[in-house]
Amino acid sequence: MELDKIEHLLAKYLEAETTLAEEEVLKKYFTQDKVAPHLEQYASMFTYFTDAKKEQFTKPVLLKTKKSNFNWQAIAATAVLLFGIYFGITKYNSTNSLSEQEMIAAKTAEKELKKALVLIGDNFTRGTEKIGYLNEFEETKQKIFIK
Amino acid sequence: MSSSICKQLKFGLQSVTISMKHSEFLNVVMPFKDKLFRLAKRLLVSNEEAEDATQEVILKLWAKNEKISSYTNVEAFAMTMTKNFCLDRLKSKQASNLKLVHSNYSESGSGLQKQIEAKDSLAWVQIIIEALPDQQKIILQLRDVEQYDFEEIAEMLNMKPVAIRVALSRARKTVREKLMQKHKYGIR
Repeated sequence: MELDKIEHLLAKYLEAETTLAEEEVLKKYFTQDKVAPHLEQYASMFTYFTDAKKEQFTKPVLLKTKKSNFNWQAIAATAVLLFGIYFGITKYNSTNSLSEQEMIAAKTAEKELKKALVLIGDNFTRGTEKIGYLNEFEETKQKIFIK
Repeated sequence: MSSSICKQLKFGLQSVTISMKHSEFLNVVMPFKDKLFRLAKRLLVSNEEAEDATQEVILKLWAKNEKISSYTNVEAFAMTMTKNFCLDRLKSKQASNLKLVHSNYSESGSGLQKQIEAKDSLAWVQIIIEALPDQQKIILQLRDVEQYDFEEIAEMLNMKPVAIRVALSRARKTVREKLMQKHKYGIR
């Protein structure tokens, strides 16, 4: 008796003419254990449908307010960068400035260096004077060969 | 002095109203977020893709938050958005071919062998539905899984109820036939 009813409903179901309530009856019948063997393929169908409905979206829903977030990050980044540059420069300057003693030492070193360079320069010019004699040799050589 | 307090107060009020909007919006969306996800997964197959799609649709809804009250049926509207979004994804072929293997079906009160068989045939139903045309897939999902009535489905898909019945009937018959073939092979 009940099986007749189920079979009748199934025929309607396949033509998509069942109501939601009738489909609920089918689901109930096919998800219980005692299903008529010749209708077993429907059992996997309806079990699948009921199981599929249990799946959930488990991830938390994020409502990013994109614009403001982005701005804050940019502002923070710029601030950090500016601070970094500012402190970096002051640190750099402080490490490179010299004390008075060091300045004096540096200046005397500079003077000594200049003196040394002048000495080297003098000796160089002396050398070029001597090289002048070579010209003399060249000239006489020219005279001989041209004639 | 007093003006700064005023500003602070204003700011505080603003953030309160914003968070109110947040929770109101979430109250509207929460009841059907799973349905969006399941529809997305029906179409995109991959779990990750479906999660991304759902998140994306909810964000789009949030962006339209002001207008939402003017829609009579937010849920139907969201389902339509999900459907369109997923079909676009499929069209643009950005969707990777990652496939999810279902392994979490529970069956109580039957022996181990029967459980394995049941899992197998449930996996088959999944595979058979995957092979259906997109429209039939969507309709089958909306009707047989989510149990919407035909008027709602018609609203979501912008189709006539008659056309929906025809497509649904085809989908159901295909699934049944393929399952019967499978069962026969199983016996042989």
